[in-house]
Amino acid sequence: MDAFILQILNGLDKGSAYALIALGLTLIFGTLGVVNFAHGALFMIGAFVAVTVQKLFQFSYIEIDETKKDFLGNPLKVEMPYLDHWFGTSVGEWMQDWSVPLSILAVIPFMFALGYILERGLIKHFYKRPHADQILVTFGLAIVIGELVKAFYGANPIQTPPPSAFLGTIDVGVMLGFDPNAIAYPTWRMVYFAFSVVIIASVFAFLRFTTFGMVVRAGMADRETVGLLGIDIDKRFTFMFGLAAAVAGMAGVMYAPILSPHYNIGMDFLVLSFVVVVVGGMGSLPGAVLAGFMLGILQSFASMNEVKAVFPGIDQIIIYLVAIIILLTRPRGLMGRKGVMEE
Amino acid sequence: MLGLNSRDFKLFVIVCIMALAAPIILNPFPTGSALGQSFNAGYPALLQRFVIFGILAIGFNILFGLTGYLSFGHAAFLGIGSYSAVWMFKLLSYNVLPAILLSVIMAGIFSVVIGYISLRRSGIYFSILTLAFAQMSYQLAYSVLTPLTNGETGLQVYNGDPQVLMSAGDPTIPHLFGITMNGQSQLDIAGWSFTFQNGYYLAAIFLIASFYLSIRIFRSPMGLMLRAIKSNQTRMSYVGLNTKPYMLAAFVISGMYAGLAGGLLAAMDPLTGAERMFWTASGEIVVMSILGGVGTLIGPVLGAGLIKYLENIVSKINDNVLHGWFSFMPDWMDNLFVTIIHPFIGKGWHLTLGLLFMAVVIFLPGGLVQGGQKIMGKFSRNKTSDAKDGADTPAE
Amino acid sequence: MSKSNFTRRGVMKTGAVTSAGLMLPTYLRAENHTGFTNAPQGDTVKFGFNVPQTGPYAEEGLDELRAQELAVEHLNGIGDGGMLNTFSSKVLDGTGVLGKKVEFVTGDTQTKSDVARASAQSMIQKDGCIMITGGSSSGVAIAVQGLCQEAGVIFMAGLTHSNDTTGKDRKRNGFRHFFNAYMSAAALTPVLEKVYGTDRRAYHLTADYTWGWSQQESMAASTEAMGWETVQNVLTPVGAGDFSSYIAPVLNSGADILVLNHYGGDMVNSLTQAIQFGLKDKQVNGKNFEIVVPLYSELMAAGAGTNIQGVYGSMNWNWQLQDEGTAAFTKSFGEKYGFPPSGAAHSCYVQTLLYADAVTRAGSFNPCAVVEALEDFDFDGMGNGPTSYRGADHQCFKDVLVMKGAEAPTSVYDTLEIVEVTPRAQVEYDPEHPMFAGGTLGDCNPGA
Repeated sequence: MDAFILQILNGLDKGSAYALIALGLTLIFGTLGVVNFAHGALFMIGAFVAVTVQKLFQFSYIEIDETKKDFLGNPLKVEMPYLDHWFGTSVGEWMQDWSVPLSILAVIPFMFALGYILERGLIKHFYKRPHADQILVTFGLAIVIGELVKAFYGANPIQTPPPSAFLGTIDVGVMLGFDPNAIAYPTWRMVYFAFSVVIIASVFAFLRFTTFGMVVRAGMADRETVGLLGIDIDKRFTFMFGLAAAVAGMAGVMYAPILSPHYNIGMDFLVLSFVVVVVGGMGSLPGAVLAGFMLGILQSFASMNEVKAVFPGIDQIIIYLVAIIILLTRPRGLMGRKGVMEE
Repeated sequence: MLGLNSRDFKLFVIVCIMALAAPIILNPFPTGSALGQSFNAGYPALLQRFVIFGILAIGFNILFGLTGYLSFGHAAFLGIGSYSAVWMFKLLSYNVLPAILLSVIMAGIFSVVIGYISLRRSGIYFSILTLAFAQMSYQLAYSVLTPLTNGETGLQVYNGDPQVLMSAGDPTIPHLFGITMNGQSQLDIAGWSFTFQNGYYLAAIFLIASFYLSIRIFRSPMGLMLRAIKSNQTRMSYVGLNTKPYMLAAFVISGMYAGLAGGLLAAMDPLTGAERMFWTASGEIVVMSILGGVGTLIGPVLGAGLIKYLENIVSKINDNVLHGWFSFMPDWMDNLFVTIIHPFIGKGWHLTLGLLFMAVVIFLPGGLVQGGQKIMGKFSRNKTSDAKDGADTPAE
Repeated sequence: MSKSNFTRRGVMKTGAVTSAGLMLPTYLRAENHTGFTNAPQGDTVKFGFNVPQTGPYAEEGLDELRAQELAVEHLNGIGDGGMLNTFSSKVLDGTGVLGKKVEFVTGDTQTKSDVARASAQSMIQKDGCIMITGGSSSGVAIAVQGLCQEAGVIFMAGLTHSNDTTGKDRKRNGFRHFFNAYMSAAALTPVLEKVYGTDRRAYHLTADYTWGWSQQESMAASTEAMGWETVQNVLTPVGAGDFSSYIAPVLNSGADILVLNHYGGDMVNSLTQAIQFGLKDKQVNGKNFEIVVPLYSELMAAGAGTNIQGVYGSMNWNWQLQDEGTAAFTKSFGEKYGFPPSGAAHSCYVQTLLYADAVTRAGSFNPCAVVEALEDFDFDGMGNGPTSYRGADHQCFKDVLVMKGAEAPTSVYDTLEIVEVTPRAQVEYDPEHPMFAGGTLGDCNPGA
């Protein structure tokens, strides 16, 4: 039982990552009708915003320590962060410690602006083009973004630890009446899950309860009619692209402590998030979220030793297997609308 | 001629000449020169890849170009073809004929099954179904199916393998009734040196045959039917036509093309790894077609050639090579040029690739074929109209 | 040339005609005047450096490339000579190899067998390379080694740790300087016994592919022989990213040691996540829970940051060794590039020099002569003390390092510290040991 609950927690955690990326992807599908192969790259950029903020906070001047030697036998150069120098050691260290959560402040405007620029500068010219062209141009964009990041940060994963307050585990088991240590779950993963729920809820609330959101939803359903009503739907869709980019970016920042960022991380998530979106059903936001959590949980269960003993290798293919079964039993995924990307 | 109309025949002849003379055409610079060492592509291993991936792209185009169904799992058939071929080497002998035969048949069987299931859906749902099948094949081949695929190491022939048809004097490398695939003759003229390899010519003959078959399919009633399905499937169903058999036929043919390509890859180099089936490999096929020009006869072959050229040529240029090119300049200028070009070559060749994708799709919406037409149009204005319908309308 | 002539049909036709014209004064020559593939012509000889420059191991590949370029400089008499000064064989004098200046070409393996073979083929067919070296994965090493055997050139494997490279898939034309999974386990186990005792229960997480299996098999065999119990071995997909589902059950399995048979990005993620799951803070069976990473590399250690503190693992070579060969190499590498070399860089550097040395001693570039010169060759002064290339399986034998994540590193370069240098005798094994059996070297192939 405790193993089971542990895997549900793992599944929710994985699921929230899938759901956040899929949410943005499906927003872009649904509003702009664009197949965005660069969405994984946006997630990756988010993760690297966290890396950048961390590096900036550690930006240092060099002090020579005569007592120690470096690898060539010269006096050791010790890096002293400017932050410690300016704000005093305690504030400086606190900021470095909290660099990941603090990155959220940077990532929202940055990703929003980036999304806005991408949409206006590139994507907008591809609305009327075949999906094949959209795939090629966004795929090319994803490669270029990846290479630029690689040029700055190299190809190795970069450690971006969570604040030390969030290190360690929460003993969920004790709260549920199990033995101590039966279900000890990393604090940061709990934070990540809670954060995802908040973001997902905010996006839904925004679309549901604001006039802006209402117009966007109307536009998703019938773009032409909304346009005929004299509403500048394009402008709102551009905003939605920015929003989708910001959501992907935030997901990237918060996931960085769990998965050390490297330049190709976006491609790793790209295919999975496409599967999630399609399983959820094209053009359906709740579908994308539902599919994200469902696939996350199923994948966790498939990774259990008991399951793997019966079906070796099932954890490697479960997502694809489930995708096939769902698409064969429900033609448009879990909650897809008719006619979206079916031609 | 050959059942082709004159325009198609012209194109076909050009492809034949291109394929047969490629070892010469692709070595335009003297072998020893700096440019030759960097840019010549006329060596057997790369030539083989040009034609084999050309076959793959031609086959993919029969599905995607004609019907508009975007398969995102075509690399699976390539991998299945390769594995089948190597297994034939292991069980029978190094003769490539049974190997290629089995690889086409196996790919055909798999594509019937995968196609039958995937074609129940259309649009992106179809794409994801094919992707899911291919990814499952890759994951399993890499891990659980290792006894069958030799996992990460890649399937290869060991001395202990049965090879029941092998007799004493047979070559221990892939051959066609004694003609070894890596046998070659070399031609030296002045500074140039050209290599003609048996394996390449076998692959080239398959390319020519594949290309011919693809023209015939494009011009056949079935080709017309497939294009009709593409333009409006619902209408086709309303007039009482069952479109499914046509779609499945296109899928299976294109799968068999991929199997052939896989078999040829193994015939040229008898080792195959699971990464041949990874989604990036499938994506590469899609990109090749779009880059060249979807739905055109020659486009996908050009796209395949361009990508393989970049992968093999640009990735090998390093700073030393650059300094070699610019050595005639003053030092500061040499260094300046090297610094400017440095990010795009060697380890940065992906950047070049990405920028190229974007540039082509932005400036040449119809792919390279359209670029070619534009140039043709500039050369002879009165031929513009002719050039335009020299290629079929791009997809979608 | 550019591909545009494909589309420009007119131009293309002209091209074909021109080349037909050029063909007139022809003669077809059969290959092979020299008796072996790519016999160096003129006053230069070309090496092929085939390393991953894109993909997950790109950094490792680039570090290999730096070392190889340095080796070429030293062979050609540029720079301070590095290990040539400390190498026990003194035939190399900085005038190239057999009087020929060394040149090199580079290629990108992308850590894919297919691509690596394509790149190696181009080096052999187009560039006329006489030797290929480099690489950062066993699958690629085995694939390229097979190719070099067929083509008749020498392959000096780079970073490849699977037992198969010099076991089941050993080839006469291929040599490996790097150590292997068996040697890692044999070196690590006595140290683990000393620090953690003989009464331990180990849980293995293993990357689900050939290298992972061979690492796990080796670790399980040698730790079980010492008294540990293997509770469970769980295979994890390569590139899984999130290992939480595999780590979560560890704590309640009754195990008190976690062995991570992962490498590269997988290892960085699985170790980081295992620490986040609090494994290292816990007590099981009355003992502190510990984590072991059998194969370490500097670049992985950098990726895992502070998480490696106190975690044991093994390495082929590290710049912190005190012998004069290591010091000489670290000095010339460090002065050229500004940071110390990685273990992968060391392997590639040493192998390039060793190849050149073997050619010089043999007096010929003929692969068969080189193989003969390298087989059962004993030498010293290249780091790791007295070293030999065993003729029976082409595996290199030398001391193996047991490393531990440093508790208080002074810089980003000494995050690992050397705990023990396990003497070579302790890691030697029979060439037909069950984990290595099933392969034959075959005959040396000089090609053409």
